Amino acid sequence: MSVTVLLFASYADALGGPSVSVDIPAEATVADVLAAIGQRPGAELLPALPLVAVNQRFASSSTRISSGDEIALIPPVAGG
Amino acid sequence: MTHVARLVRDPIDPAALIAQVAAPAHGAIVLFLGVVREVNDGRGVTGIEYSAYEAMAQRELDDIAREGAEFISGAADVAIVHRLGELTLEEASVGIAVSHAHRDDAYAVSRWIIEELKRRVPIWKREHYVDGTREWVDPSGRPVQLVSP
Repeated sequence: MSVTVLLFASYADALGGPSVSVDIPAEATVADVLAAIGQRPGAELLPALPLVAVNQRFASSSTRISSGDEIALIPPVAGG
Repeated sequence: MTHVARLVRDPIDPAALIAQVAAPAHGAIVLFLGVVREVNDGRGVTGIEYSAYEAMAQRELDDIAREGAEFISGAADVAIVHRLGELTLEEASVGIAVSHAHRDDAYAVSRWIIEELKRRVPIWKREHYVDGTREWVDPSGRPVQLVSP
């Protein structure tokens, strides 16, 4: 299935836009999403294991992805 | 028990924050403001641009406000506001007002909230420097050098 991954701040700059679409297997996890993103130009500027949020909650690499989930890569936060 | 959190693009009004947490039973109000500073890591800063994953940032701020009000001391009122967009020197990027019956708890909740905010709310800042360059700030290390001026 194809999923859209939201990108922000330095990660959006690295990958050239505010989101990227990737193809992942049907029974995919966050790790599969990261592996697919790793193939994209600019991904070498990202850390090996960036933080990921699924449906606006921090997720782990084993979190399952379902069709329609809101997935985002979270650069190191710098609020305050 | 009041707990409110907002993302805003207009300047933060400290008096409005204080008014949101004032309560007859509360003898202490602590107001914290995070303010844009002219130097960071030895480099001259002219301004900061804040951006966010707004939907998630709002959820995290809501959680922090509620946890601060309910779990840390049991009876605090909390108001949090974080600004987004372009800020200049001396402008407040974040405001936190906490009221409690007693000052010790008000200070403790205020301190806990700003540390949690910095740890887990998806907000980012890009500093603008006196030499015209701009860089995303990574608090865990050096600025991220991905952006040219």
